[in-house]
Amino acid sequence: MIEIQNVHKSFGQLEVLKGIDLTVQKGEVVTVIGGSGSGKSTLLTCINGLEPIDKGRILVDGTEVHAKSTNLNKLRQKIGIVFQQWNAFPHLTVLENVTLAPRKVLGMGKAEAEAIAEKQLKHVGLGEKLSTYPTRLSGGQQQRMAIARALAMSPDYMLFDEVTSALDPQLVGEVLETLKMLAEEGMTMICVTHEMAFARDVSDRVAYFHKGIMAEIGVPEQLFNDPQHPETRKFLASVR
Amino acid sequence: MFGYTFQWNQALARLPKMLDGAAVTMEVAVLSMLIGIALAVLLTLLRLSGSRPLKAIATTWVEIARNTPALFQIYMAHFGVASFGIHFSPFTSLLIGITFNNAGYLAENFRGALKAIPDTQTRAGRSLGMSQLQAFRYIILPQMLRIAFLPMTNQMVWAVLMTSLGVTVGMNTDLYGVTQDLNALTFRTFELFAIAAVIFYIITKIITLGARLIASRLFRY
Ligand SMILES: Nc1ncnc2c1ncn2[C@@H]1O[C@H](COP(=O)(O)OP(=O)(O)OP(=O)(O)O)[C@@H](O)[C@H]1O
Ligand SMILES: [Mg+2]
Repeated sequence: MIEIQNVHKSFGQLEVLKGIDLTVQKGEVVTVIGGSGSGKSTLLTCINGLEPIDKGRILVDGTEVHAKSTNLNKLRQKIGIVFQQWNAFPHLTVLENVTLAPRKVLGMGKAEAEAIAEKQLKHVGLGEKLSTYPTRLSGGQQQRMAIARALAMSPDYMLFDEVTSALDPQLVGEVLETLKMLAEEGMTMICVTHEMAFARDVSDRVAYFHKGIMAEIGVPEQLFNDPQHPETRKFLASVR
Repeated sequence: MFGYTFQWNQALARLPKMLDGAAVTMEVAVLSMLIGIALAVLLTLLRLSGSRPLKAIATTWVEIARNTPALFQIYMAHFGVASFGIHFSPFTSLLIGITFNNAGYLAENFRGALKAIPDTQTRAGRSLGMSQLQAFRYIILPQMLRIAFLPMTNQMVWAVLMTSLGVTVGMNTDLYGVTQDLNALTFRTFELFAIAAVIFYIITKIITLGARLIASRLFRY
């Protein structure tokens, strides 16, 4: 369970998160939508402790992310995150990209790590590309590799930050299919996305962010068909 | 011409000695590069560290190495430290001087290379549970060394040529030192130094060609 409690976060003078409260249950898929600069990416990087917070707290399975005593390297092993772009390690093959962390972080042997990596890469449809370098992959394939790489650590949670928004339109589908497959397998996920059809389709709940505030959260049918907050209405009208 | 008769045979008879000297020159150059690269990585880490004193040490090193004559650096490593009662052999002094120079130049090259690597690479590594040092070691360092590979090759060539400065601290076993001693013995100045120049040239060519070969083997992405 991920518990976000009254989280405030500023970059200098700019308050980017203004008191976020959100609890994500095990197995739940929550998508986050909202305008540019509303703090969506920042929230994800706070959840895995890449960014410090100014106020409030975030608990992952009861462990406070930003507590001094927390071993972040350990905690991050159960939180996979995939960014918008620049995810691939260009000097490593697809297989090595995926085996690196299991070997160096979990101390797994080569054979075991490769078996897991191959399984995960097949899972995302990259079973044929093991010895290819990422620069020879399409953007969509690179994103799927990044997903496999995160999954190889057997995380309990996956965070996705607009993983399709840097892709050519014809490549978006294959990546969204992969996310959908994960959701159906019961992975606990928080997905920041601009793909409204996807959000409607896979989410248990959809959160709408507006200028650092979670203006509204609800099941997809409610949020998309009967938005309560005027800003949500404005936003949905603008993306339709 | 100018009353000087070339006597190549007399000079060529000394070739084996000069080749021994070339081996010592290579030894100094290779050692100074290996240690220099390790030190440059360390200097790079110090400069990335949050600590002001550590940053200052690294920056001072790089500034001195790059903005003073290499001759001065080698001289200091021998006669400079001797003022404090520390006495190194000419070989050691030369090695220290060139290594100091290499480390400074390479650290600056590494700094430039780092700028070309997006910091999302480190973030991606940290997100997978790696420590800062692991992310540097497994993700940043290999990419940095690739980007800096050409400057590293140039520095290696430069290190070979810098060994000739060893004579100022009494080094006489390297190619230049050997040549100078032979010259004092035989006075075949032009012939001896011409042969030495050719040997230097061949060494540096082998380095550049070898580096190209290594690069094509190593960097397949
Ligand atoms: N490292 C940083 N330093 C300073 N300001 C930052 C930093 N990261 C983000 N910001 C600012 O914080 C605000 C929120 O950024 P964030 O990336 O979280 O928005 P977002 O909702 O993900 O937007 P987008 O849809 O464009 O990705 C923006 O105004 C951004 O410029
Ligand atoms: Mg964002």
